[in-house]
Order: sequence, then C-alpha cells, then structure tokens
Amino acid sequence: MALAPVLHVRGRGVVVPGDDVDTDRIIPARFLRAITFDGLGDHLFQDERTAEDGRPLGHPLDRPERRGASVLLSGRNFGCGSSREHAPQSIARAGFRAVIAGSFAEIFFQNATTLGLVCLALGDDELAAVSAAVEADPTAELAIDVRAASVTIAGRRHAGAMPATARDALASGRYDPLAELLEHDDAVAAAAARLPYLAGERA
Amino acid sequence: MNEPRHLFDKVWDAHAVGTLANGQTQLLIGTHLIHEVTSPQAFGMLDDLGLSVRMPQRTFATVDHIVPTDRRHEPFDDPLADAMIKALRANCERHGITYFDLDSGRQGIVHMVGPEQGITQPGTTIACGDSHTSTHGAFGAIAFGIGTSQVRDVLASQTIAMTKPKVRRIEVNGDLGPGVYAKDVILHIIRTLGVNGGIGYAYEYAGDVFDRMSMEERMTVCNMSIEGGARCGYVNPDDTTFAYLEGRPYVPKGVAWEEAVARWRATASDPGCAYDDVVVIDAARIAPTVTWGINPGQAVFVNERVPHPDDVPPGERASVAEALAHMQLQGGQPIAGTPVQVAFLGSCTNARLSDFREVAAVLRGRRVAAGVRAIAVPGSTLVKEACEREGIDRVLIDAGFEWRAAGCSMCLAMNPDKLRGDELCASSSNRNFKGRQGSATGRTVLMSPVMVAAAAVTGAVADARTVFAAGEA
Repeated sequence: MALAPVLHVRGRGVVVPGDDVDTDRIIPARFLRAITFDGLGDHLFQDERTAEDGRPLGHPLDRPERRGASVLLSGRNFGCGSSREHAPQSIARAGFRAVIAGSFAEIFFQNATTLGLVCLALGDDELAAVSAAVEADPTAELAIDVRAASVTIAGRRHAGAMPATARDALASGRYDPLAELLEHDDAVAAAAARLPYLAGERA
Repeated sequence: MNEPRHLFDKVWDAHAVGTLANGQTQLLIGTHLIHEVTSPQAFGMLDDLGLSVRMPQRTFATVDHIVPTDRRHEPFDDPLADAMIKALRANCERHGITYFDLDSGRQGIVHMVGPEQGITQPGTTIACGDSHTSTHGAFGAIAFGIGTSQVRDVLASQTIAMTKPKVRRIEVNGDLGPGVYAKDVILHIIRTLGVNGGIGYAYEYAGDVFDRMSMEERMTVCNMSIEGGARCGYVNPDDTTFAYLEGRPYVPKGVAWEEAVARWRATASDPGCAYDDVVVIDAARIAPTVTWGINPGQAVFVNERVPHPDDVPPGERASVAEALAHMQLQGGQPIAGTPVQVAFLGSCTNARLSDFREVAAVLRGRRVAAGVRAIAVPGSTLVKEACEREGIDRVLIDAGFEWRAAGCSMCLAMNPDKLRGDELCASSSNRNFKGRQGSATGRTVLMSPVMVAAAAVTGAVADARTVFAAGEA
C-alpha cells in the first residue's frame, strides 16, 4: 500500500465561513444510508446549498467562479461532531485536496489525514488574511507546503500548524497506516497476551 | 514507590504495542463495537485487500441508527436501510462476529448494549465507528470514536495509530440542586469549556458529584465528552461500577470476577497523580440547562436569557447571530416560553431505565400539550422491556407519548423519525446541529429528560422544577 507522498497542494480556494462547521452540515445523516462511500461528493453541504424545494441557496461552493476549487477554507473547530468518515470522504470526492481552517475537530482531522486530505490550521489573523485573499480573487492560487505547514497566496507566505505526526505521514506517503500496523502483528499478539481480559483469546 | 499515575496513562501504556514511524502510538483495541452505518465500507476495504478479521471474538455488533422504531419487520420500507442491515448481518456471519440482531432481545444503541452485556469493562480500550463511544468511559475504559478507515484498521490488525492526548481532570464538587441532572452537569461543562475546549484532551470526571452518580448518570456525562471536543472521557471505576457489572453476561464469574475487580480497582487514578490541566466546578451553581443555538456549547440555564450578539466578544458575534437566526430567537429574549412542537425522549445520552423512571414519576396524571408530537424511544430492547415490566410505558402512553422500539431514532433521523419543516424539538439527545434531526430548517433544544417532559406538557421550554412542583395540578 505504498502511497504517493503528499508534499504540496496547489489550487484555487473557496471560503465556507463560520466556526464550528459540524459533520451534519458537511454531510447530512440521511446520505449515510449506504454501504459504500460512492456519490458522497454530490451531497457535500447539501442542506446549505439547496432548499427542500430544490431552490439553490447561493452557497459559495455553487458560485461559478469557484468551480474547480480544490482548497476549502473555513473557521475554527471545523468538522466537529460525528466520527463519520463520510465527512472528509464527501469533501475529497467533491474534488478538494486540502482544508484550511482555524482549527480542526480531532476525529475529523484523523479521518481526513488518513485519506490524504491535507488539513492546515491557521491562527485568526493569518486565516483572515488568507480568506480575504481568496475572496478578493477567485483565480488566486494557494500553495500549501505540507512539511512547512504553510500556505502561500498572492505572493505572501502564511505560517500555519499541523502536528508533526501528520506532516510526516503525508510527506512520506504513510498517511494510511494499515500496512505498518500489520507489520507488527507479533507485537500485537504479545501485548494481547499480557492483558488478562484478552489473554484467553486467539492472538 | 512508583510515581502516581492516572487511569489514562495506566490503560494507555498497557495497550501500547509500539511507536510508529511518524511518532504515533500503535494502540491495541481490546473491544471493537460495530454497527450498520460505519462498518460496511470497512468490510469492503478488507475484502479489497484480501484481509480477515484479526480478533472476531473481540468484535461485537448491533444495529441501531437506521432501525425503524414503529414497524420493525423486514424488509424495511426504506430499501437503503434494508440493504444496510443485511450487509451487517452478512459481514458478521462471514467473519464469525457476535451480532445482537433485532430479534435477539439484546439489540439497542451500541453504547447501551456494551454496558448492558458487560462487554464494556474498566481498564480496557474500546473503539467504535461512532463519536459517542466516549460513553463507555463511564466504566473507566479508554473509549473513543473512530472513522471507517480506522474501523478497517481495527478489524484487520486489532490496533490503530493514535496520538496520546493530554488529560484534563474536571472536578465537580458539592450538591446538585433538586431537578438538576447529569445532563445539566455535562451541558454546563461544555458551556463553560466550549465545544472545542477538549480538543487534544481526554477528560477525567472526578469529584463527589461523579462519585455519587449511578452508572447510568456517568454514561450520560461521558457520552457528551465529544460535544466538548474531547474524544474520550472517563470516570474512575469504583464499587458503583463493579455493582453494575456483576452478573452481566460477558463479565468473569467466580474467582475470575474477584481477580477482575482487584485489577479494575488498581486501574483507577492514583491519589496525587499529575494532570495536564484541572478544572473545578461548583455543583451548587448548576441549574437546569438548555441549549439555545446550533452547537451544544450554546446553552443557558432555563431561567436565563439567550445572548445578544452585542453582548459577546467580536469574534463570536457572527456565530451567535447565525444561531439565533436559525433558531428563530431574538437576542436577549428568555429561553423559557419558546414554543415546542416535538418532544423526543431517546438517544445514547438519555434513554436508559433511570431516565424513563424519572420521566414517568413526573408525567403520571399529566397530558402532553395540544399540538405537541411526543415520542419516547428506549435506547435498548432491554430498557424497553424493563420499562414495560414497571408500567412506565403505560404512564408515557397515557400522557400522550408514542412508545417505540429501540434505536437511535430522532437523535439523527437516519430512520423514519424526523422533524418536519422548522419544528422545534425539545430533545434529550446530544446534538443541536442544523439539520441534525432530519429537517434542514428543524430546530433542536437539548435538555434533560425531565425537562423534555416539562416542555411536552406545557408546549414550551419550561423549568421542570416549577412545572412539576408538588401539589400543582
């Protein structure tokens, strides 16, 4: 399961404003009634984009000049709520390769990183500056440097934050950990054997 | 003498398999709980990779999110839901996984089933593809929600890659006032520390309030850890924990039980151990709490007013304005008196026997207000049966509630139980996100079950202490 390293993301941005954008808004629960992740990209932010009667609500994602954007920008505590991987899946399947936000909810961050979807956190001032640059020019290109945890737009570099574990995993192509977890099966068996509640089990 | 350690460190260290190349810990997951929503894709990934389930006997399944609570026979009316239950059943059969099916008598919300069966035990690690897995921390387990790729990782390797969080001790001391419940305590904690205050932390709930709580109350508190941003929250195991577990199907018996209790007792945090952070809250200051906004931290005491955008720091103004607009509330208005169209008693937060007992005690002889749709959904089949043995179902039905079968129901509306249009729901569940209860414009006010009962009988958000005051007709 060797994966291509994720060192850089370059693309145009779209701002979905607000703090605490939760997983039910990213992908409403009714779209979780499925046994695959297929088609989830079509329902990203569905209830914020389309009224019940089918009327478009003028969401940033639907503005023609934002079509093809690959970097999603939002506020603090992005992805709070459910553990549903459907949330980062829907973002990735809608064509996004990175999310820039004030901060990330923990489970969302881990789920996204495992998919290779880059999550870069920016401080309030930096986030405001980058979001303003994106809003000002739909054609402006963002360039995220994963190892440096920074983003450059309109010739200005903005330093952000990403845990070293995630930077390393993305940059080395090891963001999907399963292969490495399976390598240590003997150690897993030994750890299980040391635990009385597991010692009687097949290990 | 060893350095005193808290429960989190003891359990983490005992389950740490090693350190991965990126610095994360490979953590052994002793108990894996699965359900129909977040597991089918993981089984699909396993198939694609030609892998099998590493420890099927440590994997337990039930069906909860999509289960209809009125007509439960298959095929379900919803073909998508029907495909999900069939996929779960087939995956469990194929891999030799214990599955508590609809007709097993033991089906229910996965976070109810684990404790009821004694699968949830102190000193263990528990993972499930559901963020409310934090519930199991009530037993002194490290329990947390995971995404589907991690469900795959646990199925295949019985481990996950994880970064060790810091530990914050949250002490609540003193006496809770009458009519103040575990739900009010956790809503108050989230209101105080914020919905993102727990990011990077596990919460240890301590102090005499939690010491006195029943296991069901502790589960209510731990359940909502994630709403405060903490992936995991726990209470140290004690005699209350052991008394709850003794005799349940999956706990050890005889000598093995005594040994287990001794082991579990030793997992509790040592006196004098160090924490990354400590927060102390005075129980006497907590009043019945309700949410007014669109996240669980946007909460006030029921006798307070909702905030006005002008009264909050500039950085929060937009959030407050957005929440008020969605909730159709005016800044500065009292939350009490807000009309309610739906009352929902249910969810993994508050659908246990003690919740329904409390509600039945206040609802006897009362009627749900005209125009309020009220449904009561026990969290598990065992709770449903226990309520029916005690006649609680009759009290609720006589009051005007619909009495349903076990499942997640209107907490997240993946089954037919949904809000319609902009209905406002007084709800004993855990999330008031926009659209959470099945309608994009639907509105949710979170509160304790007794407060839901008060809202149901008055048709408005109301202080249960007044509504059910002794002697009032």
